[in-house]
Amino acid sequence: MDIFLSQVLNGLQLGSIYALVALGYTMVYGIILLLNFAHGDIIMVGAYVSWLVMAQLGLNPVLAILLSIVACTLMGVIIDKVAYAPLRNAPRLSILITAIGVSYFLENGAQLVFGADPKVVPAFTDISTINLGGLALSFPAVVTVLVTIVATVALTLLVQKSKLGKAMRAVSEDMGAARLMGINVNSTISFTFAVGSALAGIGAVLYAMAYTQASPTMGMMLGTKAFVAAVLGGIGSIPGAVVGGLIVGFAEMIVTWLGLSVWKDAVVFLLLIIVLIVRPTGIFGRTMSEKV
Amino acid sequence: MFENVSRRQFVTGSAAAALALGLVGCGGNNGGDSAGDDAATSIKVGIMGPHSGDNAQYGLACLNGAQLYFDQLNADGGINGKEIETFVYDEKGDATEAVNAYNSLVQNDGVTGIVGDVTTIPSIAVAQASVADNMPCVTPSATAADVVTYGTNTFRACVTDPVQGVVMADFASKQGYKNVATLYKTGDDYNEGVNKAFCEEAESLGITITTQESYSDGDVDFNTQITNILATNPDAILLPNYYNEDGMIVTQARQQGYDKVFLGVDGWSGIYGGSENYADAADLHDCYYCCAFSASNESDVTKQFIADYEAAYDETPTNFCALGYDAAMVLAAGLTAAEEAGLEAGSEDYKQAVIDGIFASTVDGVTGSISYEDNGDPVKSSLIITFAEDGSEVTFDTIEA
Repeated sequence: MDIFLSQVLNGLQLGSIYALVALGYTMVYGIILLLNFAHGDIIMVGAYVSWLVMAQLGLNPVLAILLSIVACTLMGVIIDKVAYAPLRNAPRLSILITAIGVSYFLENGAQLVFGADPKVVPAFTDISTINLGGLALSFPAVVTVLVTIVATVALTLLVQKSKLGKAMRAVSEDMGAARLMGINVNSTISFTFAVGSALAGIGAVLYAMAYTQASPTMGMMLGTKAFVAAVLGGIGSIPGAVVGGLIVGFAEMIVTWLGLSVWKDAVVFLLLIIVLIVRPTGIFGRTMSEKV
Repeated sequence: MFENVSRRQFVTGSAAAALALGLVGCGGNNGGDSAGDDAATSIKVGIMGPHSGDNAQYGLACLNGAQLYFDQLNADGGINGKEIETFVYDEKGDATEAVNAYNSLVQNDGVTGIVGDVTTIPSIAVAQASVADNMPCVTPSATAADVVTYGTNTFRACVTDPVQGVVMADFASKQGYKNVATLYKTGDDYNEGVNKAFCEEAESLGITITTQESYSDGDVDFNTQITNILATNPDAILLPNYYNEDGMIVTQARQQGYDKVFLGVDGWSGIYGGSENYADAADLHDCYYCCAFSASNESDVTKQFIADYEAAYDETPTNFCALGYDAAMVLAAGLTAAEEAGLEAGSEDYKQAVIDGIFASTVDGVTGSISYEDNGDPVKSSLIITFAEDGSEVTFDTIEA
């Protein structure tokens, strides 16, 4: 029973980080139909900021958390303004290729600035284990799961209840009509990037807390898996991203639990293929009929 | 350990490049000046390795170590009253260049023994080329099993990777661990080879291997494997991997409440106190790994070597410097035997006498006592390193071969 609970927590922890990253993918796709391949690399930037603040400047972990989230948020908005905004009316393929370019730029830029060696992010707290009735739970795992729940609830409220959320939904449904209704489309898109990147920043802190190392290419596989999670759940859907993230996390956990860790990535991508064949819109995806 | 070039070591190694490049130049000059010398007054020895390119930090470290030993030997009067004259070749880490360097050493310089090559692939090429000449070669650091299999003329100063697994199994048995689990990276000869050798030796010593878990290159989350391992309640966990991954595994296992022993091999070197601390000092309690050389070793030989090396090169010696030093020492033991027999340098009898001399002698090197039984694989002791409360390395034990 203990092993079962521990493994469920391991799956939840993995899945939560994927879910946070997948949320960023899904929000950006929902509003401008762009697969933002640079999203995983924003996590990398966040992890390096944590390292800079704590290991290099020796400042407080709370400051490191805040600065990482702020840095990721700014990074997301700047990337949109510099790389994507000028291509708003260009064919979608151009902007997709630009996203891949931005991803490479960030990875190689980090390698140039910080070197290829992994940097170790110091522990955020002295607590590393929580004892729950004889069951030792990893503190980062528990924090990751709790933070993800709070972030998801907050995001849902933001999108469903706030005025900005309403604007986001309007732009995602029909950009032209939203503009005619007096919605500032550009600032709404910027806001979407900011929120998605802030979630990536939270993800970066949780990642650094659990896995302690920042490296230039750490966002690559993480981003790809989160992309799979977003597509599994139905890209553009917020609950879909969370469910997709958890499915990917649990799939990896179960495969590794069975002693088949080598097949972990293969199983995740196989899941993607199956979903694309059986239900191309993903679990929570809607089929939108285009009116001619 | 050699197929994986760590960038950390590369950076530290390249810092020494300028210094050692000067040394390569000196070696060349020596060769030029001595062309007219009377052959009978000196013993000609080749030193080859990658002194430029990707593996330069290893080649230069071995070169510095070997050169230091020969310089000391000359200061003490050389062998049989003859000075050791070294000929240094940079093979740039390339097998073809290595064979060219070998041919040049033998045909142009007329050496009677070689310290080299350094990395696995050029070492295999040189081992194959040198069989026909029966030229005594001592590689400081090529770990692949193949290197010493082509003839009886090639020796190595280091132990092979699987031997480290055997050493750690012996250590586990000595410590009284009954149940041991392993967590290793798949798809890499180093990790898999050590793991396999450890499990075989441990089981033959009556230790139960509770589970063998694995992960793939690039993985950062080891929690699921750790949960599996902890469910089998082991006394110790073997991590036959490199320091950055071992650091993450130790951290995550401690987070899951594991407070017992970790065992490792020389890939652990640098986990704490190097360019980065890959695990917290507080998490490194009860961790033990084996290696050939540690600056923490309090033995007189090691202390003397570190002092001499720092005086000569103004930097702290690494494992590879020590192996280069010991490889030179092994070759010198063979040369001494041939010189004492009064044979003519370069003759077939002389070369065979060097080889027989190496087999007959036991060398007390800085990486342990080295002797050879059936082939060029050394029988040598290993150090067991552990960590003090502040994370610094402490020599815990010596495991005799």
